[in-house]
Amino acid sequence: MATFHFELVSPEKLLFSGDVEAVVAPGADGQFTVLKDHAPVMAMLKPGVVEITETPSKKEKLFVRGGFADVSQDGFTILAEHAIPLAELDAAKIDADIKDVREDIADAKTDEARRAASEKLAQLQEVKAALGL
Amino acid sequence: MASLKDLRNRISSVKATQKITKAMQMVAASKLRRAQVAVEAARPYAERMESVLANLAGDVTSCAPPLLAGNGRDDAHLLVVCTAERGLCGAFNSTIVRLAREHIARLHGQEKTVKILCVGKKGYDQLRRQYEKDIIDLIELRAVRQIGFANGDEIGRKIIKLFEDGAFDVATLFFSRYKSVIAQIPTAMQLIPAQIPASATSREAGKGGAQAVYEYEPPGQDEILSTLLPRNISVQMFRALLENAASEQGARMSAMDSATRNAGDMIRKQTMQYNRSRQAMITKELIEIISGAEAL
Repeated sequence: MATFHFELVSPEKLLFSGDVEAVVAPGADGQFTVLKDHAPVMAMLKPGVVEITETPSKKEKLFVRGGFADVSQDGFTILAEHAIPLAELDAAKIDADIKDVREDIADAKTDEARRAASEKLAQLQEVKAALGL
Repeated sequence: MASLKDLRNRISSVKATQKITKAMQMVAASKLRRAQVAVEAARPYAERMESVLANLAGDVTSCAPPLLAGNGRDDAHLLVVCTAERGLCGAFNSTIVRLAREHIARLHGQEKTVKILCVGKKGYDQLRRQYEKDIIDLIELRAVRQIGFANGDEIGRKIIKLFEDGAFDVATLFFSRYKSVIAQIPTAMQLIPAQIPASATSREAGKGGAQAVYEYEPPGQDEILSTLLPRNISVQMFRALLENAASEQGARMSAMDSATRNAGDMIRKQTMQYNRSRQAMITKELIEIISGAEAL
């Protein structure tokens, strides 16, 4: 299958860079898969799992806590807010995130900020449930 | 002339100092290595961020958000001055402060309002003498061992909040870019309105409009931009902190290296003087004994 260049970066480091066959990303409006020659898209991501298919037998899953996806002619780049391999993820880490977001809700001064934070909380809880943690 | 005992004391105290500077140099070297790794690890994100932003900005229509286009005024300036928390690192802090000072003098010349946000205590100490009333806040990172994205994010949010409250119109960030162990370049970078890197925009122009039009999800670039721009400021802030940390250790390492060398020179000179006066004393005693024996 045709491959394209994919990169996953978080502010602290470059987590993945290489040629892949397909990537499934958790878009804010729903999950989407990117294959070679995808139309250029700029999308926001919600907390969720990015699934990278390098070859049909070699897959990798990483948890991202929101970010941006940039599909261009040069390839696909995810700017993640925070990303860790799924294998290293445990309930405690997600719970810490959930606690952070709860604090954000408590601190929020505008309705807009509160709404955004509540949305994020719901998404995090969804991910937690989906992973069975 | 100093007695032999004085000389001996002096030599041993210089030796003790040399040991300290040597140890500081070695500590700085190991910290530098870690800081360098952190700077390099953070680079890809900042670069991708720039290119994404450039792609987006190329598409922006008339109603660009204030963080990108500015709020139309140019009266109040915010200077974010990042320095170290500790001294004994050569001219590291002074060069950043000097650059900031020149900038302040120029702005004052144009009768603009200047506000200063200090990150790091050393810069605050130096700026306080002259611009006490202009300093609005001091952020200390003394307790932070390894700078994480959260530190940059926190400062970034603070800056954006000030901007939204209308406290300033233009923000400039001062830090020291890490080039090598012996070269750290004090840099001023405009944060708000955001500056789109020239290389990225020219790359786009080079394609002559061949750049495919982006689709946006959620539709409308405004929502994406309004999330991306604050994020960009945090990223720039984070990057400045990392560059600064590496520069600080580099500067400290070379400063301590020359201090160690100076101490070595001093020890050599004083040992020479010590030996000379010891020999002079022995000669003198011999002469006294011989001339005493001859008199008999």
